[in-house]
Amino acid sequence: MTSYLPILVFTLVAVLFLTAALLAARLLRHAGSASMNLEPYECGNEALTFAHDHRFSIRYYLIAVLFVIFDVETVFLFPWAVLFDQLALFGFIEMMVFLAILVVGYVYIWNRGALRWV
Amino acid sequence: MNVDVVVTVAKIAVVLGLLLQVAPIMVWVERRGSAMMQDRPGPNRLGPFGLFQALADAVKFLFKEDVTPAAADKPLYLMAPALALLPAFTTSVVIPWGPNFTWDGKEYAFTVSNADTGVLLFLALASLGVYSLVMAGYASNNKFSLLGSIRASAQLISYELAMTVAVLAVIIPVGSFHLTDVVAYQRTNTWNCLLQPFGFLVFCIAAFAETNRLPFDLPEAESELVAGFHTEYSAMRFAAFFQAEYTSMAALSALGCTLFLGGWSLPWLNYEGMGWLGVALGLGTLLAKVGVCMFVFVWVRWTFPRFRYDQLMRLGWKFLLPVALLNLIAVSAMTLAGWL
Repeated sequence: MTSYLPILVFTLVAVLFLTAALLAARLLRHAGSASMNLEPYECGNEALTFAHDHRFSIRYYLIAVLFVIFDVETVFLFPWAVLFDQLALFGFIEMMVFLAILVVGYVYIWNRGALRWV
Repeated sequence: MNVDVVVTVAKIAVVLGLLLQVAPIMVWVERRGSAMMQDRPGPNRLGPFGLFQALADAVKFLFKEDVTPAAADKPLYLMAPALALLPAFTTSVVIPWGPNFTWDGKEYAFTVSNADTGVLLFLALASLGVYSLVMAGYASNNKFSLLGSIRASAQLISYELAMTVAVLAVIIPVGSFHLTDVVAYQRTNTWNCLLQPFGFLVFCIAAFAETNRLPFDLPEAESELVAGFHTEYSAMRFAAFFQAEYTSMAALSALGCTLFLGGWSLPWLNYEGMGWLGVALGLGTLLAKVGVCMFVFVWVRWTFPRFRYDQLMRLGWKFLLPVALLNLIAVSAMTLAGWL
């Protein structure tokens, strides 16, 4: 557990560093601003709609779902990779079967056009 | 006082001290390097060769107006820059910066955290970076920001897959997540970039995409999205994103050097027998390698045009992922045959 403590220290330093910088900036900079500055940065005209009123392409959602599938696959690969010597031929064959099943899915989504952006 | 604690604190101080220097130095390198490649002088007013430019920038960041848009989601908007700095800083805890050293008759590894999860920890912390981009883009309630952040999230997760699989291929012959073991492996054999050229290629391309650098800077894409996910950020909060980008570039370069370019070691040189001099030389060697990588980041920026978004997705899913998987299969088969 002690080997993970430095991560906490680094996190604290990152947060403190930013907080200190923001505090210093708050003391130094000029106060107040024109209300125009608080509008979303767009074209100069008053905005009729905000970003949160809009929808975005379904493809991003699809990419996220595909990512989850493949990321879970890499989770299975990690313990196999680190114990490769001990698992030897048995582990190699097992993992090739696993990857073969995955590749079938990969070819399927490729053919269905899930990886085509436009 | 406990010697272990003193050593750990010393290591933290050294690494943090180095990390905090990255952004100011890179501001200068990036701007002077860009100028050199475009045949113009670049910043040359402040100090010799414009070396104090970063200092002037810091002063400007402190005095600029800090805008929080009225329509923004305030808590998320304020949290995003801090969350961007977090992975940038924490990832470098697992990097070995030099050979082991002895203090009070006890041997210590020159890594801040000697956790067994090593490189896995790096990948886990690095992938947290996507949260800050999504948070910043969503909370700004600006159309450019939102487009930039959803692009960023799709890009980062797509290239993370290829990168993870490329890293895995390095782990197989080593058999350990400890990066110190990866360096030791490369010292007894040869650099991994020669043993696994395809893995190295995939890692390099994915590294550019993971740090949102050209030719993959679509989340920012100045010519289309103003400044992408950080359009609404100004002053010190913008500086935080800026610093996070450079620091994570350095951390990722350090990981790349450790995995593929021999880490702190050089062929035919043995730093381990030299005591503290060896430690300093090892640190210097790794820093020199990271410096070269950082220059390559700038060099590539002015060499390649930006990808179109569909090209980016095609490259990630239809080229890098299959290549990375084939590389993994090839490396594991060769390890099984005893060639690696």
